[in-house]
Amino acid sequence: MDALLHQVLAGLATGGIYASLALALVMIYQATHLVNFAQGELAMFATYFAWSLINAGVPYWPAFFITVIFAFVLGVVIERVVIRPVENAPVLAVVVVFIALLVILNSVAGWIYTYTIKTFPSPFPTGGVFGTKLLSPHELGAIGVTLVVLLLLYVFFRFTPLGLAMRAAAQNPDSARLVGIRVGWMLALGWGLAAAIGSIAGMMVAPIVFLDPNMMGGILLYAFAAALVGGIDNPGGAVLGGFMVGVLENVLGAFVIGNELKLAVALVLIIGVLVVKPSGFFGKVFVTRV
Amino acid sequence: MAALLEVSKLHAAYGLTRVLHGIDFSMQEGTITTLLGANGAGKTTTLRALCAMVKTQGEIRFAGQRIDNRATEDIVRLGIAHVPDGRGTFVNLTTEENLRLGAYVRKDRDHIDADLERVYGYFPRLRERRAQQAGTLSGGEQQMLAVSRALMLRPKLMLLDEPSFGLAPLIVKELFGILRTVNEKEQVSMLVVEQNAAMALDLADHAYVIETGRVMLSGTAAEIKSNDNVRRSYLGY
Repeated sequence: MDALLHQVLAGLATGGIYASLALALVMIYQATHLVNFAQGELAMFATYFAWSLINAGVPYWPAFFITVIFAFVLGVVIERVVIRPVENAPVLAVVVVFIALLVILNSVAGWIYTYTIKTFPSPFPTGGVFGTKLLSPHELGAIGVTLVVLLLLYVFFRFTPLGLAMRAAAQNPDSARLVGIRVGWMLALGWGLAAAIGSIAGMMVAPIVFLDPNMMGGILLYAFAAALVGGIDNPGGAVLGGFMVGVLENVLGAFVIGNELKLAVALVLIIGVLVVKPSGFFGKVFVTRV
Repeated sequence: MAALLEVSKLHAAYGLTRVLHGIDFSMQEGTITTLLGANGAGKTTTLRALCAMVKTQGEIRFAGQRIDNRATEDIVRLGIAHVPDGRGTFVNLTTEENLRLGAYVRKDRDHIDADLERVYGYFPRLRERRAQQAGTLSGGEQQMLAVSRALMLRPKLMLLDEPSFGLAPLIVKELFGILRTVNEKEQVSMLVVEQNAAMALDLADHAYVIETGRVMLSGTAAEIKSNDNVRRSYLGY
């Protein structure tokens, strides 16, 4: 029983990370109806940046926040410089750009930092939490960080004029322009936010999976699965999906199919959801009267 | 008196399809002007051209300034609110969020709550529906929402594209009454595009009749109403 509980809790910890990255995917998807395949590599690149800072002697938390800002700027710049010119290009052209970004970021990271696996520090102490071995401090910390990020995002999108403007721009660009919203910049801002969220996910997962240029490949697949389970256009669903995928993957991996086949859980989920319920389990049905 | 809006030799095209062939018109501050014409005459395109939503040639002056080379987002900031064809509702946002977006470019954030009350005063139905997803509102309510969203800008000029479209006659009457009130009480100038010529001529001070991208006739609403051709073609009696 303890073992199961342990797996569930550990699943929630990684699930939170999948949830963050899934949320980043959903944010871009809502605005552009495209899935950003480079989202994971952006996160990986930002995590390397954090690693450099920490190695250079910057304490963890300052390095953490500098990295988040760096990722935000990187996201905005990539949108302005790379994505903007293909704004009106056919879908496949944009997808190719996303894949190119993935490969470029991956190779540049490998070129700068080599493909040798590195350890990444956790800001949380080692040892048991509250005298139990059910959950490591890092896992608990990761859950905490994820929840704070999600709460901040919720408040931003729900209660600030800028958050409202971003939602409006994603939903109805023409009308958004007519009320004076600079739609292009909202998109860039969305990229920045998505990259910033991704960087946090990267820094939280790196102590668990170790840092290497390919570390986000698997994570991104779980995030896809999470976003699809939740409904790719539903932020709340993506978050819930993230936690579900995390728990499912961990429990199945530990007790049913073994660790080697864990990733297959994500792939089966992706195919399963697309075949059975393409709108996802929490994909809201919007009623529109004409 | 200088005109609030002055349009001269305005051409517009969607790709290779030219829609406007040199339209000229102007309107005075505080007045309601209507553009009449059949389907495809270029009425909607004229409004879209004013907001830089379509490629144009020619000159558009608003309060003396050239605006024909500006972006849509900047034209809004001059105080021109567009109630678009199809209402442009943000269907997944609530009624109140839609209204707040109307005030997005305003700097006087403190007055926005008071303005919400002001538009709820004009349209009490929207107050009842304030927390409701805007896509679930009826057609009439969405048109009221579109007008209210434009009013939240505290505009100098409102561009209304077929405000009567798809609405029950009673609701049209109510809506046009409110437009008249807003015009008189708040000195908001309005440029109204309509197929319902009778309603539009009752509302407006001036009218232009557009046919295939050109102005064919202009004058005060009363003059246009008594023009035999207009009576036969647009008023139908």
